[in-house]
Order: sequence, then structure tokens, then C-alpha cells
Amino acid sequence: MFPRLVYESFRHQPRRKLLAGIAITLGVAVATAMIAVATDIGDKINRELRSYGANLVVTPQEDTLDVEVGGVNLKPPSDGAFLNEADLPKIRGTFWHNNIVGFSPMLPVTVTVKIAGDAQDVTLLGTYFNKALRFGKEDFTTGVRITHPWWKISCGTGNASENCTWPDDGSQNVLVGERLAAKLNQRVGGTIDISGRQLATAAILSTGGAEDDQIVAPLALAQQLLGKPGAVRRVYVSALTKPQDALAVQDPNTMTPEVRDRWYCSPYVQSIAFQLQEVIPHSHAEQIRQVAQNEGTVLSRIKGLMLLITFAALLASALAVSAAMATAIYERRVEVGLMKALGAGNLAVSAIFFAEASLLALVGGVAGFSVGTLLAHLIGRSIFSSQISIEPVLFPIILAIAVFVTFAGSAAAIRRAVKFDPVFALRGEG
Amino acid sequence: MSTMPETLLASKQIADRRTPAPHVSMFARMLLRAAVLRRRRAASALLAMIVAAAVSTAMMNLYVDVQAKLRTEFRNYGANVVIVARNGQTLPADALTTVEAVLGTKTLAVPSSYAVARTKDGQSVVVVGTDFARARQLNHWWKVSHWPESPNDALVGMRAAPVVSANRQPFELTFQGKSIQLTPAGMLQTGAGEDGRIYLDQSEFQNWTGVSASTMEVAANGTTAEIDASIRQLAQLLPSADVRPVRQIMEGEANVLNKTRATLYASATLVVLTSALCVLATLMGWVFDRRRDFAIMKALGASERLVNGFFAAEAAALGAMGAIFGFFIGIGVAAWIGRVNFHAPVAPRFSVFPYVLAGSVAVALISAIVPIVLLRHVQPAIILRGE
Repeated sequence: MFPRLVYESFRHQPRRKLLAGIAITLGVAVATAMIAVATDIGDKINRELRSYGANLVVTPQEDTLDVEVGGVNLKPPSDGAFLNEADLPKIRGTFWHNNIVGFSPMLPVTVTVKIAGDAQDVTLLGTYFNKALRFGKEDFTTGVRITHPWWKISCGTGNASENCTWPDDGSQNVLVGERLAAKLNQRVGGTIDISGRQLATAAILSTGGAEDDQIVAPLALAQQLLGKPGAVRRVYVSALTKPQDALAVQDPNTMTPEVRDRWYCSPYVQSIAFQLQEVIPHSHAEQIRQVAQNEGTVLSRIKGLMLLITFAALLASALAVSAAMATAIYERRVEVGLMKALGAGNLAVSAIFFAEASLLALVGGVAGFSVGTLLAHLIGRSIFSSQISIEPVLFPIILAIAVFVTFAGSAAAIRRAVKFDPVFALRGEG
Repeated sequence: MSTMPETLLASKQIADRRTPAPHVSMFARMLLRAAVLRRRRAASALLAMIVAAAVSTAMMNLYVDVQAKLRTEFRNYGANVVIVARNGQTLPADALTTVEAVLGTKTLAVPSSYAVARTKDGQSVVVVGTDFARARQLNHWWKVSHWPESPNDALVGMRAAPVVSANRQPFELTFQGKSIQLTPAGMLQTGAGEDGRIYLDQSEFQNWTGVSASTMEVAANGTTAEIDASIRQLAQLLPSADVRPVRQIMEGEANVLNKTRATLYASATLVVLTSALCVLATLMGWVFDRRRDFAIMKALGASERLVNGFFAAEAAALGAMGAIFGFFIGIGVAAWIGRVNFHAPVAPRFSVFPYVLAGSVAVALISAIVPIVLLRHVQPAIILRGE
């Protein structure tokens, strides 16, 4: 009898059930999408924060002091220690290699160019643009185009041809900083005479930094000019990190083994620096505090904001579901009156309503979860151009919340409905 | 002596009481009675309205204000504009005043001057003269063991320290034959170029080297367009210097901010839509429930216009009331979120109110009109019979 009552109720009132079902579906969809976005936003913003560039720098352990003012290095170029280029692919072999977005080696060389007739010292910076490398069985590309996304190339003013490109890493082509290009009156396609070599200008580089006064060349070319094959002055590493906490700043040498394992296996900027030192011999890795220290605050602010907004969204959808359920039940007072007149107890009547509510909640919950997943994917694709991952564990949680909210929303209405005098209900008063 | 029968007197009194009452009063009375008699359902409809208006207000307030709040957070990344004197010259003496006049005194500008000095054993080291109080405010990420206090105190970069003073003893530096005795007051660690430099107080530096400020780092607040405008203005006022944006900082900020704003916008839209749905569900149920009132009004000869007007007025009143209460609650919620998350309250934006009011009334009207339209073709008798 009980299942039949519930079944008949759905069969005879499809419109009302549909309305309540739609409300639950939409509420659950919004809740799912918001929870998915809020749980994934940290990861997404962390990736966006990489547009600030590298957060780690690796230098030789025995590094000598740079004497650099306004982007011009005043120190003799052969001075100082170097890292070995052959060690660099090992960066992909560190524990947190999946968190390393990219790295760029740098080798500044002081060269002489003729500006308006007289010779002048200019820094030529050797680096990777988009170099294909191999570590073990894994192929990957890295370079300034990944780690320094604010570096822009242009064809320069007064150049109609559109054939300016990033130089190939194996070529003898260079980029000329925009201020230097203006001083040299250098055009794209022209050549610069450096130590007897004629280097072709592939494009004009604009960075808003010291590189605007420099020449940027493939690393191999800079090594040839310096006469030190395989030499690298420093390596910039861009890594996804976890905001630092009390554990992050501890000294790994004074930790107990368990704490040290936990520290080592957390993607703190400090532990990634430690691991970089392990794989690159005679190196010293340091966080670039301007980038690394500020990431945490920005990230936690945005995450906190999304969390609070998700609460607001959950509240709004819970209220929408409750309101829809209350209305649906209130409309059925006559039915309640009839059931009670035929001798049904309060418990039996409530049981029917609760059974109906949970059925609605389950169906609406499943439909809402699918719609919400779609919505989250849509947001992820249109805003972050990447998927927003939805944890499968979210599904039972969402379903439980849907049932709970539907119950809570129905409870007050059901209590009022069963309390209502059947006589009035049947007479149609109230 | 003519006395009126008591019954007549009573009915006349009633008539007297009724005649002066205009038609509008009846209308108002109907509205009021409807709310009072079904106060529980009216209250739940109003509650839904208030919650929806409050959530919408909070979201709109946040959407507008959070961008400004986040921009302030992004200023922790330091300078986004840098002014450099051309061709090794120095900046004019009034450069700082000019910058502060253009960008306002809340802007942080740190002038600094550079020189390459020699240590006792002949090593070159870069010495920077700067304003410590300003540098400390601008560069939050600098890890400094102790900020210099007395004039001869120097801030020594991590990597410069072994070169100038191995065991934190006072050291001597020479620039163009003039030497200076300095005390290493604190160590500086940044992981960038600053680690290889020695920082001195600006006036002390100038007394020693005679070199005045050649660069200025500026943290300008505002949108990209505002900062671009300031840069153009500064370039005009300081013709002897290059004024340029720090692209690394500007583009990183714009990127993160755009993504955050888009996410916030999507979330706000979802939340506002859900609240509108909540109101729609509650109010439609409420109006639909009162089809009996509707039928009686029609049976007593009320015109279509009057009935529609009555329900519309009721919905509009409910919407307006919900919007007013909800607006103030929403402002409170936004301020609370601001305090919890950004440690600064979100300023109430009254410009949001017209939108909240219009939205609330519109949603209320829609939820009143839909059931009325559905019921219009139904005979009052059928409704009154309870079918």
C-alpha cells in the first residue's frame, strides 16, 4: 500500500513533482558547480600566478658577487663559477617534477657593439627560448617563453614585414632589447657584428626590465662567445608551490626523520629548492622572495573569498529547495485531510511525504550533480582554459546534502500539514 | 419630536462610516488584510525575498569591491612603475614631489642611487643609497634581520656579506678616493639582485659619493588604464627620465585579477539566479494558493484590471520591502566577508540598491503574474467548488 501511495502521487501530479524536482536539480547543480570551482580554484590561481615568472633561482655554490648596475654587468665575464648545462634536464627527475612548470638557464656575456661609431659594452644574455630536452624517456620543452611570459617580441617600428619570430635555440639569430635597438637603429632582419660574427636580428624584445638594454641569444651561441661550452650562470625555475606554513620554514637539518619526510614530500618552495640542490651538483637554490613570498597571500585571499561565496551559494540553493518543497506540500492539505479521515496516523502521513521527498531529492540530486559538473567544466574551460576536476567523493556528499536539505525544507511544512484539522481541510477552508 | 428607530440609526452610522471611505482605502485594506490574515505564509514569502535580496546585494557589493581589495594585495609584489634617469644622469631634485603630486601621497615611491665602491682588498661591490623607511613599506618580501637605525648602519645583502665583512665587523668602502666606515646592522635576503648589494641611507650615501638618486621605484595603485595614464603624465613632467611599467608585475597582476574577476562574476550570477529561483518558487506557491481569494473577487464582480492590479500591487510591495531589508543585511554580509577575508570592511555601495530593488520587484511581479495568467480562463465557480 505504502509504495503504491507514493507511486500514485508521482503519477497523478507530474506537474507539481516536476516543479519541485526542477528546483532541487537547479539548487544541487549550483551547489555542485560552486563546490567544484571553490575546491579547484587554488590550483588554478596557482597556475595563473606563474605568470609572475620564476620563483626559484639556482646559482653555483661558489658564486662570486655580481657587480651589475642598470642591467650592465661590470665584472669580467670569465670570472666566477658556472653550472653545467648537462645537469639541467635532471630538474625533471626531482620528487616534485610535476610541479615544475619550466626552467630557463641564463648566461650573461659582455660583448662590444658599435653604437653611433664608438664601441660600447653590452650584455648578451644566452638562454633557452623553447628548447626541446629529454630526461629519461620523457620529452619536454622549456625556456623563457614558459618562465617569462611577459617577454614580448615585436617587429619594431617601421617594419611592414611580419616575419619576426622567436629565434630557434640552435640558430645564430638573436633578439635585441627595444631600448638597445633604438640606440643601434637596429631593424628586424638586420645583422649585428659581435666579435666578428654577424648575428641576424630575429625580432625586437620588450620585457620592461633590464633585458630591454641587452641582446638575448640562444644559450649555445653565448657559450661559444664566452668560450666555455656547457656553462650556465644561473637557472630560473618556475614551480607550483604550496603556501608556506610553520613547517615550511624549519631547517631540514634539525628535523626528526618523520617531520623531515613530511617536509620533503610537501611542495613548499623551500623543499623544492632543497631538491634542486640535490640534483644539480655544486649548486645553491634560493627562493625569489618577491615572487614566492607574495603568492601565498594572494592565493589564500582568493581561496577564502571563493569559500565564503560558496557558503552563500549553498545557503541560497538550500533555501530554494526548501521553499519549493514547502509549497508542494502545503498544496496537498486536502489529501492529508482525506488520509487522516480514513484513519491514517500522523506518522504514516509524514512517512509518505518523507518517502516522496527523498525520492525527489535522489532524482534531483543525480540530475543536479550532472548539470553542476557540466557547469563547472564550462566555467573551467571559459575562464581558465583547463578542466576543473571534480572529485568522485563529492557525489555521495552532494547527494547526502540534497536529501538533508529537502528533508529540512519539508519538515516544517509536513508538520503543519499533519496538524491541520481534517474537517477544515476537507471542507476546503484554510 | 422625531426619533429615529435604533436599527436605522445603527445602519446609518455604518453607512456614514462607509461612504466617505474612498475606493483606494478598500484596495489598501484588502492588501493589508491579506498580509495579516495569512501572516505565516506572507512572512515566509517575505523571508525568501529578504534572503534573495541580501545575497544578491552582498554578491554585487563584493564583485565591485573585491577587485580594489585584491589590487591592494597585489601591491605587496612591490613597484609596478620604475623611473630611470637617462644616460647615467640623475633625477631632478623635485622628482619625488612630482611623483607624489601626480599619484597622490598614498603612493609609495622609493628613490635610490647606485655606485660601485671598492672594499679594502680591492673587490668591487654595488652600493645603493635608499630611504629605509620607504623601502621597508614597498618591499614586504625583503627578509631583513635588523633594519638600520643610525646613519652609519648599512644593510648588507646575503651574498655581499662575505666579501665586505666576514664576521660582521665594521668595514671600509672606497669610492673615487673617498672612504667611509660602515657597520653591518642587518642582513638582507631576497633571492634576487639585492643579495649582492649594500644598502645605505640616502643622505649618508650622498655625503659620501656626491651621487644623487638616479632611479625611483613606484607602487602605483589603480586599474591598468589609470596606471597607464599616470605613466604618460609622469613622462611629460619628467622629460629627462624614462618612466616605464614593470611588465612582469603589471601583466601578472592583470592576468590573476582577470581570472578571479571572471570566476567571481560566474559565481555571483549563479548565486543571484538561485536566489531569484527561491523567490519564484515561494511566491508562485503563495499566489497560487490564494486562487480562492481571486475567485471570490471575480465572483463579486471585480474587473480583470482590479484583480490583476491587486495581486501586482501586493507582489510589488513585497518585493520592495524585501529589497530594503535585504539590502541592509546584504551590506552587512559583504562587510563581514571583507573583514574575515581581507581584514578590511567592504565599503557599502548604495549604487547597487536600484538594481536590487528593480530586480526584486521584477521577480515578485513575475511570480504573481504567472499564476494569475494561468487562472484567468478558469471559471470562479470551479475554483470555489474546490476543483
